[in-house]
Amino acid sequence: MLDRDQVRKVAYLARLELTPEEEETFTTQLSNILDYFQQLSELDTSTVQPTTRAIDVSNVTRADTLQPYPNRDAILECAPDREGDFFKVPKIINPE
Amino acid sequence: MVSIRKLHQQLIQKERSAVEIAQEALDTIQKLEPKLHSFITVTAERALEQAKQVDTRIAAGEEIGLLAGIPVGVKDNLCTQGIRTTCASHILENFIPPYESTVTQKLADAGAVIVGKTNLDEFAMGGSTETSAIQQTANPWNLKRVPGGSSGGSAAAVAGGECVVSLGSDTGGSIRQPASFCGIVGMKPTYGLVSRYGLVAFASSLDQIGPFARTVEDVAILLGEIAGHDPKDSTSLNVEIPDYTRYLVPDLKGKKVGVIQETFGEGLDPEVEKAVRVAIAQLKDLGAEIQEISCPRFRYGIAAYYIIAPSEASANLARYDGVKYGMRIEDADNLIDMYTRTRAQGFGPEVKRRIMIGTYALSAGYYDAYYLKAQKVRTLIKQDFEKAFEKVDVLVCPTAPTTAFKAGDKSADPLSMYLVDLMTIPVNLAGLPGMSLPCGFDSSGMPVGLQIIGNVLREDQVFQVGYAYEQATDWHRRSPKLK
Repeated sequence: MLDRDQVRKVAYLARLELTPEEEETFTTQLSNILDYFQQLSELDTSTVQPTTRAIDVSNVTRADTLQPYPNRDAILECAPDREGDFFKVPKIINPE
Repeated sequence: MVSIRKLHQQLIQKERSAVEIAQEALDTIQKLEPKLHSFITVTAERALEQAKQVDTRIAAGEEIGLLAGIPVGVKDNLCTQGIRTTCASHILENFIPPYESTVTQKLADAGAVIVGKTNLDEFAMGGSTETSAIQQTANPWNLKRVPGGSSGGSAAAVAGGECVVSLGSDTGGSIRQPASFCGIVGMKPTYGLVSRYGLVAFASSLDQIGPFARTVEDVAILLGEIAGHDPKDSTSLNVEIPDYTRYLVPDLKGKKVGVIQETFGEGLDPEVEKAVRVAIAQLKDLGAEIQEISCPRFRYGIAAYYIIAPSEASANLARYDGVKYGMRIEDADNLIDMYTRTRAQGFGPEVKRRIMIGTYALSAGYYDAYYLKAQKVRTLIKQDFEKAFEKVDVLVCPTAPTTAFKAGDKSADPLSMYLVDLMTIPVNLAGLPGMSLPCGFDSSGMPVGLQIIGNVLREDQVFQVGYAYEQATDWHRRSPKLK
């Protein structure tokens, strides 16, 4: 159902680097799982509305007022790398 | 047997101090952890500090609540400020949350003593706690067997006596199934009854926090403490929380109990079936009216769930990118390289598998065939329950098709592990309250669980039926023999 190229494409979309062994295992396992999903086609759902949440809550809103967060530095402290008040990441574009 | 009320009496009559109770729990943890591995982090110092505060309040003549001074275990996917919260994943192994989850804040406000953070399947994805990247938890009834999952640490800790009660989370059965495997009581409340603020998100439309305990009464007390509206969770229900202990009356006269026919089919262990059938006969003896109920779409729950939950997970877990928190690989060449290699090293196989399923199901060209179809099937399953609750007050069925299996038995075949959630998943899809409580043992001495399912926000009915059954039986008085 699913070939190795598709697995590679999905892994790229999910930002996951897979080893060749993982690619192989996932190709088999995901195909089996997708096969299992096929049983849903036994059910006619042409007139059924989808359920996005089990218990309906009407739109919850609040006033859009700024509230300063008291513990700003604690959040920045969690970052693997920072510079001053910024999260630091590796370069985004390679020159070549 | 230790219970919240018994400890509370001892505290207010000054027979024991909260520090003594906390120390006893910590001693048990120290003694049993080499065998059980229920806890990822033990918070001994903080626990004793919290206990001391309770003792100070008692000494000052203050009135204390039922949970004050009670040792509690907390699943390690609930954020605790200043205490490492790992989700049993390498990617969060050293994450120390800068904020507190609503439920643990409520516990602290009630004076409960948090003794530690319990083990789980990585990001709560699994049914045996074997996908934990940190350690393997054992079942206190037989150390070679799994405790169930994903809240296996919370269940094993209570069953083994390392704490009196604990908190877990349940997305497809992660409280009820380990409760069943470990011979204790566990409840998943109605979706939205308990705030999810600070619960590390797995599948947001299904995740719900709930209690574990040795008795129905302790579960009712703990649920009453953690339930309630929270503006920080937009799916939180704004409803009045009753005193659940009011419904603990051992009387089932006129109570209508439905037995879900579809749960007694192929794949059900005959010994589990026997124990559950005997339990249903006992409910009848206690005055309940038993009816056979059909939920024809119940069995499609697993397929629908394993599309919906991984889809939501693939979106929720996109946040682990090595930028804001969690681990990051060294020497990345560029940003994409940093993302893909951080996630490759940080996540274990089950988490990767689910991210892959979810990403595929949501990707262009497949959305209608998988995600939308699954959500429509979710509607059909919900309709089955709605129809059932027009006829009965509660539904009953086995919590799991088998008792606890041996470690390693199902880890090679992901699909066989997914099937263990057969009886619990439909309840999450419909957002209903469900409780598992012990109803016997199989011939190898492993506990069997009975699941009681209630209508939306009818936890009261679940508690009443559960309590009446518990009072008429003595399964909950048995403890595993751990030396």
